[in-house]
Amino acid sequence: MSITYIGARVGMFILVVWLATTVIFFLPRIASDRNPVRERMIMMAATGNLSTGMEKVVAAYERDYGLDQPLYLQYIRYLSSVLRGDLNVSLIRHPTTVMDLIQERMPWTLGLVGFSILVAFALGSLSGATLAWPGAPTWLKGVLPIFLTLSPIPYFMLAFFLIFIFAVRHEWQPEWWPMLPIAGASKVGTIYDGWDLARVWDVVRHSILPASSIILSQVGFWALGMRGMMITTAGEDYVTLAQMRGLRPDRIFGQYGMRNALLPQLTSLALAMSLIVSGVILVEYIFRYPGMGSLLFDAIAGFDYFVIYGVVLVLIIFVATATLVLDLVYPLIDPRVRRAA
Amino acid sequence: MQDQSAETGQSSAAVRASSEADEARSYSAWSQIWYYFLHERMLTAGVLMLVALLALWLIGGQLVDPKGAEPISGPQAAPPQAKYWLGTDFNGRQILPLMIHGAPLTLRIGLYAGIVGLGVGIILGFIAGYMRGTVDAIVRIISDVFITIPSLAVLVVVASTIKEGAGLSVNAMGLIVASLAWMWPTRVIRAQVLSMRESNYVEVARLNGMGDLEIIFRELMPNLLPFLAASFVGAMASGILAAVGLEALGLGPQHEPTLGMTIYWSIYYGALLSNWWWWYVPPTILVAWIFVTLYLIASGLDKWANPRLRQSL
Repeated sequence: MSITYIGARVGMFILVVWLATTVIFFLPRIASDRNPVRERMIMMAATGNLSTGMEKVVAAYERDYGLDQPLYLQYIRYLSSVLRGDLNVSLIRHPTTVMDLIQERMPWTLGLVGFSILVAFALGSLSGATLAWPGAPTWLKGVLPIFLTLSPIPYFMLAFFLIFIFAVRHEWQPEWWPMLPIAGASKVGTIYDGWDLARVWDVVRHSILPASSIILSQVGFWALGMRGMMITTAGEDYVTLAQMRGLRPDRIFGQYGMRNALLPQLTSLALAMSLIVSGVILVEYIFRYPGMGSLLFDAIAGFDYFVIYGVVLVLIIFVATATLVLDLVYPLIDPRVRRAA
Repeated sequence: MQDQSAETGQSSAAVRASSEADEARSYSAWSQIWYYFLHERMLTAGVLMLVALLALWLIGGQLVDPKGAEPISGPQAAPPQAKYWLGTDFNGRQILPLMIHGAPLTLRIGLYAGIVGLGVGIILGFIAGYMRGTVDAIVRIISDVFITIPSLAVLVVVASTIKEGAGLSVNAMGLIVASLAWMWPTRVIRAQVLSMRESNYVEVARLNGMGDLEIIFRELMPNLLPFLAASFVGAMASGILAAVGLEALGLGPQHEPTLGMTIYWSIYYGALLSNWWWWYVPPTILVAWIFVTLYLIASGLDKWANPRLRQSL
């Protein structure tokens, strides 16, 4: 892996983050002239939380956040605070900082995204590879079209179907039908003071439906890509040679087939990251899962300007980082690319 | 030139025939039907599903009174029954007219995204693929950057800041999501133009003294048509995906019953916990239907454009 390759990838990462932060800074300011602080204060005044001197408070806030300065100064101030990791404070849960809120929610999102991608990627790639290899089981061939049909449907749409089937009582369901929870990541009203077995089970139960709605939609996508690559690989001369050498079939399948066919899947994963994260945000919101999605929704509902910004920014950086890592790992596991890169 | 295209047509037909024979041999009868349906007949199935959707709009719109989509036209949150086929929502809107009214709105947003996405894609893709060099590098990097940025996140910021006040119209919604639907079309068209540019028939056309514009419109465009059609459908799908996502978060047109807004209101009024499944299941089915339709059409067009795909799929 050459320095130029690493440089180009890191440069791309910086470009993505800078461009995204710039776009989300300027676009709303061009599109509207809403003043979040004033709106917040009006809201507070309406609920009786702020009685006198609203203009003074608004002016003080604007001075604090630099909202009274010209746009380019605001932009520089904004960029430098982003670089310092300072995302301002929540307007609603003042004085909690946006960074604190995100740190509290991020692990849940990371867990959900990571787990779902791992399971879907493994299941999809393995079944796709098996399908392309001679002697694939018939049931698998029957199942694939079902997953292919599910693959274009947005995750959060599948979430509704899963809720309808597994979280709501209907007459057609037999007695033993499983009923799964749909709100939050643990039972309402339970307070845990550590991670014991009961809590783990509770969290797992609450995560089954959100994770399934992501996995169900992704499996078909990965299986389709893998199947295509595996068909190409199966026709390669080195596979024929391996067969003639009398190597064990499972070794040919794994070491000669899978290992080579799997790599382009990683490129697809890097390209799909942004879509996956957007989808996960919506799934979290549907299930009130305590991750970034719910945080974002609450911020939108209360027009908590800085939280909206912070969450969006962190999501963008998260996706850019994941893409960068995949790009950098790729040549390490694929010698062919390493030479070219 | 004609001879050549006839030749490639023949050889691709031969490839297709042999790959079909391979497929046929390796699958059982039941899954063969599935495969025929999903692969060779993808386009047909997609178009049929689209026709069904349009029929719901055109015929359903005639049979069902549109007034039923208005609040308090029925009882509150009534389950499906003889008088209200799909039940009513919390505000007494009847779900069936709501769906018939809402589905075309959602499709319209997709149409905007398709038109803008494809338009920008054609312009940028052709400029980049045809001029190459620095221009190409810039276009490629910019579209790669925007592919990496989660568009929903950017759209949330935009839509949330202009949500209040007048409220978004369906058309404004369409334009907002269309602004981020051009990356994939650009990518696909650029790659195609790059490879076509080097092909023999373009070389021949150039030797015959055709100008750049003439080559683009008489040689490249006709060959690109299936790709353009597939890109259009793809941009439509990504636009609808973004729109439905924004709407489900409550950032869509507040006064129009698009499918996404219906889903938002159903969550807002607690339909999930109150077990009013008839409120959220119909829009979910319709949205899923739209996405499967577009997916089938796009995949079918892709395969039409690229016979080699028929093998790998």
